[in-house]
Amino acid sequence: MVGEYADVVLVDGATMVFNAAKPNRVDALVDVDLRVAPGDFVSLIGPSGCGKSTLLRLIAHLLEPTAGTLSVNGKSPDRARREGDYGMVFQQPGLFEWRSVRKNVELPLEIDGWARARRAERAVEMLELVHLDEFADHMPWELSGGMQQRVAIARALAVQPALLLMDEPFGALDEMTREHMQAELLRICAAEGTTVVFVTHSIPEAVYLSTRVVVMSARPGRITDEIAVGLGGDRNEDTREDDEFFKRITEVREALRADRDGADVRRVSGVEDR
Amino acid sequence: MSLARRAARRSLLFLVALVLVASMWELYKLLGPEDGGEIFGWRIIPKTNDRAMPHTWEMVSRLGEPEVRGRDEPIWQAILGYGWYTFRMALVGLLVGTAFGTALAVLMARWRVVERGLLPYVIASQAIPLIALAPQVAALGGNWDLPKWMWVSTLSAFLAFFPVSVATLRGLSSTPPIALELMESYGAGWWRTLVTLRFPAAVPTIVPGLKLAATAAVIGVIVSEISTGVRGVGFAALTYGQRATSDPAQVYTAVFGAALLGLILFGLVVALEMALMRRRPAEAVS
Ligand SMILES: Nc1ncnc2c1ncn2[C@@H]1O[C@H](COP(=O)(O)OP(=O)(O)OP(=O)(O)O)[C@@H](O)[C@H]1O
Ligand SMILES: [Mg+2]
Repeated sequence: MVGEYADVVLVDGATMVFNAAKPNRVDALVDVDLRVAPGDFVSLIGPSGCGKSTLLRLIAHLLEPTAGTLSVNGKSPDRARREGDYGMVFQQPGLFEWRSVRKNVELPLEIDGWARARRAERAVEMLELVHLDEFADHMPWELSGGMQQRVAIARALAVQPALLLMDEPFGALDEMTREHMQAELLRICAAEGTTVVFVTHSIPEAVYLSTRVVVMSARPGRITDEIAVGLGGDRNEDTREDDEFFKRITEVREALRADRDGADVRRVSGVEDR
Repeated sequence: MSLARRAARRSLLFLVALVLVASMWELYKLLGPEDGGEIFGWRIIPKTNDRAMPHTWEMVSRLGEPEVRGRDEPIWQAILGYGWYTFRMALVGLLVGTAFGTALAVLMARWRVVERGLLPYVIASQAIPLIALAPQVAALGGNWDLPKWMWVSTLSAFLAFFPVSVATLRGLSSTPPIALELMESYGAGWWRTLVTLRFPAAVPTIVPGLKLAATAAVIGVIVSEISTGVRGVGFAALTYGQRATSDPAQVYTAVFGAALLGLILFGLVVALEMALMRRRPAEAVS
């Protein structure tokens, strides 16, 4: 029990089956275990459709698992959600088109019942963080896709959550902005002691950001490997040219490939190995 | 800015259309048969004599003459008076209908059971002919000591609530799922989500319903006036129509009045739309 409370996220034997009794049944996740300790930065990586978003949504309690248990900050995911224990960034920005950029960032604060002046102040701070303070009074549709995603990140950070759940947040950004945002994210997380569960398709991104990379495979979705990265707290632009960095990238790539080859062998021989 | 320009262009187009309609009227009057005609034994070709189709300029000049001989007040003043009365009843009908229709839509969006139980009745309600309902409601009104105009407004609301409730229900139940998940991730409850997300997201869908409702409210009042004897512009049209043989242009002055107040009510909804859609992306503005 004591150990459980030390974990920010604890996933124990989580299984998620969609459309269980129908012909279009999907075993999105099967028997997944995951522990995320305070200050961890865990990346989920794997082929499309392997259940990364599903796992994130289970942690966020936007879905109920078919089987297994989860806890967030030592509470049920339901309670953690309602007490605002995490911030979430989705694959799409999902800004409200009738609210200005600043009002969009204020949204979670408004729901938390913050006073107007404090709300506005915090929103501007958050927009400075993502370098969009000049656009505070613009409407979301006047911004590019990448800028919108940065607003969504500012919105998630506004409540300064202890846990940040991010689903391919930088997928829509160009390479330069992406690297800049990665560095900013690390800086913010280090400053606030934020724990992050991060979904990505990019191996270098996962390696650069994470303390741990979790490799997943599809059909059925499960965790096949975990790689401790730990490039250290003083990562900078030079880190991206380190031998250590490339070594970890190779390691993750091989874990992904081993997993895919395994699936090919199974498919060719027609034998399920379970 | 672009909204104001759009409004200006629309007004211009409206004037052009008005001139076109008037020209077609005159053209047909010039070329069509005096006493109408038949196609396959059906009398469907309208007569063009002055009694059936007065000249457009006669209709306009009739506005300046008194309602009945011997009175000073020109008829446009009388029509304005009737119209103002009708307008107020229609406005009350629109407001009440909108409130009722919105409340109904919210209840239906909140509980699927309510939707399944209520929606068939909402649709069936519109199959009741107002002409038949109006005298019933007026008779019912005799039981309470309420002014007659309230019953006319009630009947107007009865027509107006329908497009509002259908459009609002559709708007409230087509919120983007990702936005709903975001609100859920904040732990926001259903009512909070309704006010902060579902309603604002539904505005572009609700506005066309309001436009239909504005027109329906006017029709509701005019039809109800005729069967309850409340003296608005609809009642004026009825009495003028009875004098059509001796004074054919007069009934059209009432028609102008009715059309004008319909336009004004519609214009109010458009003004509301402009206010609500001011900062929306251009493609969402209808
Ligand atoms: N609501 C749902 N109903 C039915 N099936 C679903 C639902 N959500 C996800 N799935 C299925 O579950 C599987 C995993 O989906 P998920 O979105 O978690 O994948 P992912 O790893 O995030 O993929 P991507 O990298 O493309 O975003 C997919 O096969 C998907 O079709
Ligand atoms: Mg996904």
